[in-house]
Amino acid sequence: MSYSDFSVGAPVVDKAAPDGPIETRWERRKFGVKLVNPANKRKVKIIVVGTGLAGGAAAATLGEAGYQVTSFCYQDSPRRAHSIAAQGGINAAKNYRNDGDSVYRLFYDTVKGGDFRARESNVHRLAEISRQIIDQCVAQGVPFAREYGGLLDTRSFGGVQVSRTFYARGQTGQQLLLGAYQALERQVNAGTVTMYPRHEMLELVVVEGRARGVVVRDMVTGEIETHLADAVVLATGGYGNVFYLSTNAKGCNVTAAWRAHRKGALFANPCFTQIHPTCIPVSGDHQSKLTLMSESLRNDGRVWVPKQIGDTRSPKEIPHEERDYFLERKYPSFGNLVPRDIASRAAKEVCDEKRGVGPSGLGVYLDFDDAIQRLGRKAVEAKYGNLFEMYERITGENPYEVPMRIFPAVHYTMGGLWVDYDLQSTIPGLYVAGEANFSDHGANRLGASALMQGLSDGYFVLPVTIGDYLASNKLPEVAPDAPEVVEAEKAVQDRIETLLSINGTRTVDSFHRELGHIMWDYCGMERTEDGLRKALELIPELRREFWNNVKIPGTGAELNQSLEKAGRVADFLELGELMCLDALHRRESCGGHFRGESQTEDGEAQRDDENFSYAAAWEYTGRGSAPVLHKEELLFEYVHPTQRSYK
Amino acid sequence: MKVNLRVWRQKDAVDKGRMVSYVVEDASEDMSFLELLDVLNEKLILSGEEPVAFDHDCREGICGTCSMVVDGHPHGPEKATTVCQLHMRKFADGSTITVEPFRAGAFPVIKDLVVDRGAFDKIIQAGGYISANTGSAPEAHSTPVPKANADRSFAAANCIGCGACVAACPNGSASLFLGAKLTHLGEMPQGQPERWERVVNMVETHDDAGFGGCTNTGACATACPKEIPLDVISQLNHDYLKATVGGRRKKA
Repeated sequence: MSYSDFSVGAPVVDKAAPDGPIETRWERRKFGVKLVNPANKRKVKIIVVGTGLAGGAAAATLGEAGYQVTSFCYQDSPRRAHSIAAQGGINAAKNYRNDGDSVYRLFYDTVKGGDFRARESNVHRLAEISRQIIDQCVAQGVPFAREYGGLLDTRSFGGVQVSRTFYARGQTGQQLLLGAYQALERQVNAGTVTMYPRHEMLELVVVEGRARGVVVRDMVTGEIETHLADAVVLATGGYGNVFYLSTNAKGCNVTAAWRAHRKGALFANPCFTQIHPTCIPVSGDHQSKLTLMSESLRNDGRVWVPKQIGDTRSPKEIPHEERDYFLERKYPSFGNLVPRDIASRAAKEVCDEKRGVGPSGLGVYLDFDDAIQRLGRKAVEAKYGNLFEMYERITGENPYEVPMRIFPAVHYTMGGLWVDYDLQSTIPGLYVAGEANFSDHGANRLGASALMQGLSDGYFVLPVTIGDYLASNKLPEVAPDAPEVVEAEKAVQDRIETLLSINGTRTVDSFHRELGHIMWDYCGMERTEDGLRKALELIPELRREFWNNVKIPGTGAELNQSLEKAGRVADFLELGELMCLDALHRRESCGGHFRGESQTEDGEAQRDDENFSYAAAWEYTGRGSAPVLHKEELLFEYVHPTQRSYK
Repeated sequence: MKVNLRVWRQKDAVDKGRMVSYVVEDASEDMSFLELLDVLNEKLILSGEEPVAFDHDCREGICGTCSMVVDGHPHGPEKATTVCQLHMRKFADGSTITVEPFRAGAFPVIKDLVVDRGAFDKIIQAGGYISANTGSAPEAHSTPVPKANADRSFAAANCIGCGACVAACPNGSASLFLGAKLTHLGEMPQGQPERWERVVNMVETHDDAGFGGCTNTGACATACPKEIPLDVISQLNHDYLKATVGGRRKKA
């Protein structure tokens, strides 16, 4: 039976969210959870993997509550998790602008922005908690932008009509993460959290069906260690690096989530990936990552390409009437400010027509000439100066003189491990928070919502819901020599030994790049039946070659960056296949998932609510063997699905 | 372009270490400096040698992971630029470039260019925070913060914790890092209750971790990729004096 002949299993159902009015579901759930007696909390051990906004906030908050927390990150310090790179801001329904914002409006915008593929209960809770997050972060000393009166400033962001985005210059993620990191270090000092930097989770320990620990590798000594606990939290981020080139940090990987998936956690909507329209184009084969230019640039920059194919004149020499301002032409009411998925696809289209600019032809202009004429150079500098400098540093071109060149790049993954309303995966005792879960953004995430979700999960949701599990279940201590523990450890050892013993002729990076090309070509901005089937042939071939021909120097008993990468790429080679299958089976377009076969007459995404109004949660059945699909039907009781239009 | 590299190689913490020369023939001026090292490493792996270990992650200048001294400058010669955003077009074809780890007593080398900066986390643990348990926060607008304070706080909070200041300092002092955190929190009304306790605890931990004292050379602020202003050290000294000699710090 081939991989694409998957079967459909029993539906998966969220049993944790209460029924009834959505406005009070979270309140009622909080009242419904069983509580752990404060004196008992210090006897309970919780493992948190990852120290970004979700993991850092969760570990700190669980530590404050009195649990014994063990926290792991692969970076040399928890402060470096990739949440730090988020630029734009964080949404919150504070309505400080008196512009008609409300919890309900944020809920509505997020469900609609996600193209009706998210769970309403979760999204409503997220919108409620958004307000508390701002309070919490201000109390921690996060230096948000302020107005002259000393109150918090906000700005607007793509896809919404209110001004609800709080920000700290272009470094909001950095400042929020430092807040969480400092709260975490405070708990390290208090002795409630034990921190293990430079440790990578390589296996989940499941005992009698429950998550009871992790196997990690000390990345400095190479030592394999097992840590046991009463519950495990994964806050390990997204999997955009399956594309090799993305805006993610180089170390971002799917391994922790994938190991949990292999142990029984369902993986939901893996094909829902977000391509960000404004990144600096690839400059050559050496390229190791892509750099985002903030979405805010589209407020004043105009996007265009030459009307004529093969017009190689410099942009200054092309007169206005020979330019195609294609976003303004196609979407007159939103213009350059259409949502991310739409802007990205439009750029791809003009490049497919061979009208792209720059040496590779994969780029479009983002031109500030009109803004400079209108506002003056000084005003443009005040708004975007630091971004212009960054652009010049990377490309060597001065965007005040020549238009920027931009191209879409993989940025965020909406898919992830399936969780219920409590953020519990299908493995009891395994909780998943932040980008690593699939829960809140449906098929497309709105700008400034990732930070909101990470902190909501970490500070306010998980610390409450995990208590219910801990108080409701008898969790006898696991012996370090229990067969499941020994087996997990051995699996890690064996895998490392196998990788090191192959001693082939290709580097890990060469495999990763090749996988990235396959994913970008066939599972990128536009997906088709034929392309995805092709990818489903190519990926297993590449994976076989990897396991026969990869070359990893050095040993396992030392700092070995090739070995670290090899383990991650091995898992990407399995995930990539599942993403393509998920994309193949979803014969509709929605949000970031655009199927060439499913578009309206004028080329917009065409949803198929009759057949695909569900989250696709996949069950692992073995490497390369057909997975089982479990559907979570999505009910829209409050926000009724409509065709998104930005014309 | 062609580049000659002299790279510090050190197998582990106990190895003595040495400079080793390599040539990269097919560099491109559009590469970042770390991409140049990637190219070198691919060649080393295929020829059966161990690649050069170096720390890096976001490669967009914000995570603070990358840490190496290029031609004698932490993060390289380009002003206000982390080494991950340093591009080869800044070097002449045929250049010889020397690459070493950040060197400081408090940052022991782990391997090649990788050093242990765990001492920075210890300094933060000693007080680099505002104690505000989750859920206990008042409404955000209950405490206005004058814009000037918020801006100065942000300018200091901009520190990425990379350690370039320590590597640049002839004394191996982390005063710029310390001062940046104290200024970030000290400019905020929320940071006042713990202000005097914080400065004393952080300074003591800094000294115990093996960082040196500040002699106001200013090398730290020159090397800082985020241009943290030197006056945060004045703030540090001001607060430390007030807390100790001035008696502001109340023992609990």
